[in-house]
Amino acid sequence: MISVYYFGAISLILIGLYAVLVKKNVLKMLIGLSIMETGVNLLLVSVGYISGRSAPILSEGIGPNQAVDPIPQALVLTAIVIGVATTAMALSVAMIIYERYGTLNVEEIRRLRG
Amino acid sequence: MNCITCIEYIIVGIMIISAILAVEWRDLLAAAVGMAAVSLFASLLFFMLQAPDVAMTEAAIGAALSAAIFIFAIKRTQRFETEEEEKPGWWVRW
Repeated sequence: MISVYYFGAISLILIGLYAVLVKKNVLKMLIGLSIMETGVNLLLVSVGYISGRSAPILSEGIGPNQAVDPIPQALVLTAIVIGVATTAMALSVAMIIYERYGTLNVEEIRRLRG
Repeated sequence: MNCITCIEYIIVGIMIISAILAVEWRDLLAAAVGMAAVSLFASLLFFMLQAPDVAMTEAAIGAALSAAIFIFAIKRTQRFETEEEEKPGWWVRW
């Protein structure tokens, strides 16, 4: 039986991929991209989880052999910042597209200029 | 199945439902709120996966900052997805 975290993370990735492939609005595609990024982060953290251990903060009764894997958490902490920077840049590009073409539909943008 | 496992199943279920709603809603402002809800429940899951620093960062960036910049972008553009099937005339689907 697979873990429920793996199920949730892969479901988020698939829902975001559906939104990027099927939807025609640019902002809705960016929402799908953001959901997909959240799913990837959840998958990376759930790979390093060991059941029954505590957070990897070195304190009084917690040694290195009672903590979960800290390396995917550092990786995900970097990936979140990269994701929000990518989303901000893509939103500014979407605003420029709306100012120049007057629409956010990708089919109409393709029809206006090749 | 103990109590913690039940809470994990409930949070994952609500997260998937809000992700589907965020993709399917026509109102982009409501879709941005749904995306913020997905980030909020993912933050709860990060906390239950013993990663409190990732949970704090996800709650601050994913649920607050990302939704805020989406709302600013929606304010500069249009709020609703244009639905061409509802408009009359044969020329609209050209």
